[in-house]
Amino acid sequence: MWRSSSTRTERGASTGGGHDLSGNEPCLRRLAGGPPAAPLPSLATPYRTVDDMNTRIRLLQLLTAAWSWLFLVLIMALFEAWSWSVYGRTFFGNLYNVQAVLLTATQILMMALGLTLVIIAAGIDLSIGFIAGLAAVTMAVVIRALPELHPALSFSLGVTAAILIALVPGFINGWLISKWKVPSFIGTLGMFGVTRGMAFLVAGGATVSIRNDTARSFGNSRILDVLPVPVLVATIVTLYFHYLLAHTRFGVYVYAMGGNLQSAVRAGVNTTRITFSLFMLSAFTAALAGIFYTARFSAGAADAGEPILLNAVAAVFIGGASLSGGSGTISGTVIGSLIIAIIQFGLVFIGMPPFWQFITVGLVIIVAVLIDQSRARLARLGTGET
Amino acid sequence: MNALPPGTAPSTSPPTVAGPHDAPGDGNAPDSSPVLAVRGVCKRFGGTRASRDIDLDLRPGEVLALAGDNGAGKSTLIKMIAGVNQPDSGEIRLGGERIDGRSPQEVRDLGIETIYQDLALADNLDVGVNIFLGRERLRRVLGVPMLDRKWMREQAAGALEHLGIRLDDLSMPVGYLSGGQRQAIAISRAVYWKARIVIMDEPTAALGVPEQREVKDLIRRLKADGVAIIFISHNLGDIFEVSDRIFVLERGRKAGERAIGDTSEDEVVAMMMGKVVDS
Repeated sequence: MWRSSSTRTERGASTGGGHDLSGNEPCLRRLAGGPPAAPLPSLATPYRTVDDMNTRIRLLQLLTAAWSWLFLVLIMALFEAWSWSVYGRTFFGNLYNVQAVLLTATQILMMALGLTLVIIAAGIDLSIGFIAGLAAVTMAVVIRALPELHPALSFSLGVTAAILIALVPGFINGWLISKWKVPSFIGTLGMFGVTRGMAFLVAGGATVSIRNDTARSFGNSRILDVLPVPVLVATIVTLYFHYLLAHTRFGVYVYAMGGNLQSAVRAGVNTTRITFSLFMLSAFTAALAGIFYTARFSAGAADAGEPILLNAVAAVFIGGASLSGGSGTISGTVIGSLIIAIIQFGLVFIGMPPFWQFITVGLVIIVAVLIDQSRARLARLGTGET
Repeated sequence: MNALPPGTAPSTSPPTVAGPHDAPGDGNAPDSSPVLAVRGVCKRFGGTRASRDIDLDLRPGEVLALAGDNGAGKSTLIKMIAGVNQPDSGEIRLGGERIDGRSPQEVRDLGIETIYQDLALADNLDVGVNIFLGRERLRRVLGVPMLDRKWMREQAAGALEHLGIRLDDLSMPVGYLSGGQRQAIAISRAVYWKARIVIMDEPTAALGVPEQREVKDLIRRLKADGVAIIFISHNLGDIFEVSDRIFVLERGRKAGERAIGDTSEDEVVAMMMGKVVDS
C-alpha cells in the first residue's frame, strides 16, 4: 500500500526529503483520518472511470493482439487440410516438415529479433541484410584459412570473428543515429551498401565453401534426432530477448523511446546509450543468422541475408509492431516468423510456383498494417476523442 | 553488449535537500519562509532581454500564477527554475540552497517537478511504469532481476487515489485515458516523488471544460499537501479561481505582483500591457 511508509521505495521511505516537512508524512496522515488543514475540494464527480469502456476496449485489444495467433492456426489448418485431401497424409504430423518449417523460421527470426527492438524504439535497421552476409563469409573465410586446426577450434574462431566483425557496422549505425541524428532509415541504408560491398570483398566473389565437421553438425544435426541445433540456439537467444524487452529497465526504455522520446529523455534515460545497444543487438542477431547459414550449407554467401531482410521486417510487423514505434513483442515476432515460414514451405509443399509466396506474404503484410491502423483508431475511441 | 548499463537509470536515492525544512503542519502558514527564492535573475537571448532583474518568492502550499503576454518571459523564467536554461546573472535558491547552474535532472531530484504541456508520458506504457519511468523498481525472481510491474501499479493506484482519482485498470496504456486523467498521472508522479514545487505550463490548455475543472481540483489538492505551485496560464478565469498570488511579466520585467484578493482582471490586463508597472 502506498500509505504505509515501510513498503515505499528507498527514496520515499527515507523522510526528510521532498515536501515531507515534519518527517512523518503529513499529507498521508491526513489521508488516514486526520482533519484536513484546508477543506479539500469535493470531487463529487470523480474522474470518469474507465469501467464502461474497459470491457469493450479489452476485447478489441485482445482481438487485435490475437489475430496473428488466429492467422497462424488458420494457415496451419489450411495446409493440413490440403495435405489430407490431396496426399491423404498429415502435413504437420510429419517431423521432417516441422523441422524444415522451424529451420526456415529460425533464419527469419534471427534477423528479426534485434530488428524488433529497433522498430519498437521507432527506428529501422536495413543493414542487417548484409551484416548477416558479412558475418557468413567472414566465418567461412576464417575457417578456410585455418585448415590445420581442430575443426571445433577453427569453428569457434570463425564464429567469434563473424560476431566481432558484425558489431562494427552495428556500432557505426548506433553512432550515426544517436550522435549525428541521422534518420535510421537513411543511416542503415547507407550501411546496407557498405556492408554489401564489404561482404563481397571479403568473400572475393559470392560464396566461400568450407569443409568443417563441427560447422556441419552445428547446422544440420538434431538433438535426440528431433530438435535441430540451430532451432535450439535460436530458442535460447529468443528467450533472452524476451526477458530483455519485457522484464528489464532497458526494455521499458525501448518502449518509452518509441512511444514518446521526450518522456524517456525527461525521465533521465540515457537514450544515446540505448540507441547504441539497439543497433549492436540488431547486428548481433543478424550475425547469428549468417553463422547459421554458413554452418547449415557449409558455405558462406555474401548475399545470405538479403532475401531474408524483407521477410524479417514483415515478421516484425505481422507480429504487432508499428512503424511509428512503441509497440511490438518478441512473441509476436516469433509468430510472424512462423507464419512466413509456413507460407514459404507450405506453398512449395503443395506444389505451387514459388512466386506465390511473395504475393501471399505481401498480402499478409498489408492485412497486418490494416489491423494496426484499426488498433490506432481504437486508442482514440478509448479516450472518447475522435 | 551490456543491456543494463549501470547508471542508465537515475538513482532512486532520496533527494538531498540541504536547506532547512519548511514549516511543519499544514504548510499553509502565510508567513513561512520561502521554499523558492529567485533574486535579480537576468537572461538574454541575443538582443532580446528575456528576463530583466526578476525577484520572486514562493512559499510552501502557495499557488502562484505567472501571467503575461506571449514573449513576456514566462517560459524563460520557469525554464531557469527547472534548470533547462541558466540565468546570465542572479541566483535561484531552493530552501536556501543555490540551484542555478544545476542540470534539469538534479533540479528534479531536489524536488522541483515541471509538468510540460505535452505531459512527457509514454502513451504506450501503463500508469505504473509511467510514474516510475527512469526509477523503476526491480525484484529478483530466482536471482534474476525483473521489473516489479505489479508493485509499481499498486503504488500508482495509491498515488492516484490520494489525488481522488480511481482508475480500475492500471495495466492499460495511458494513451487510452482522457486528457484530464493523463494530466492527473503526470501530477501524481510529482506527488509520488515528493516534489516540493510543481511547475505547470498551461495545465488546462487543450482540455475540455470538465477536465479543466478536474485539473483545478488537483491543483487545490496539491496545495493542501503543502506543495508550492507555479502555473502559467493565459486564462485569467483559471488564475483568479485557483491561485493565491499573481505575478505579471511584461517584456522580460516584472510588471507587478498582487495577492489575488487585492486585484482585478482589469488591473492584471493593464499590467500585462505595461500600463501599470510597480516601481
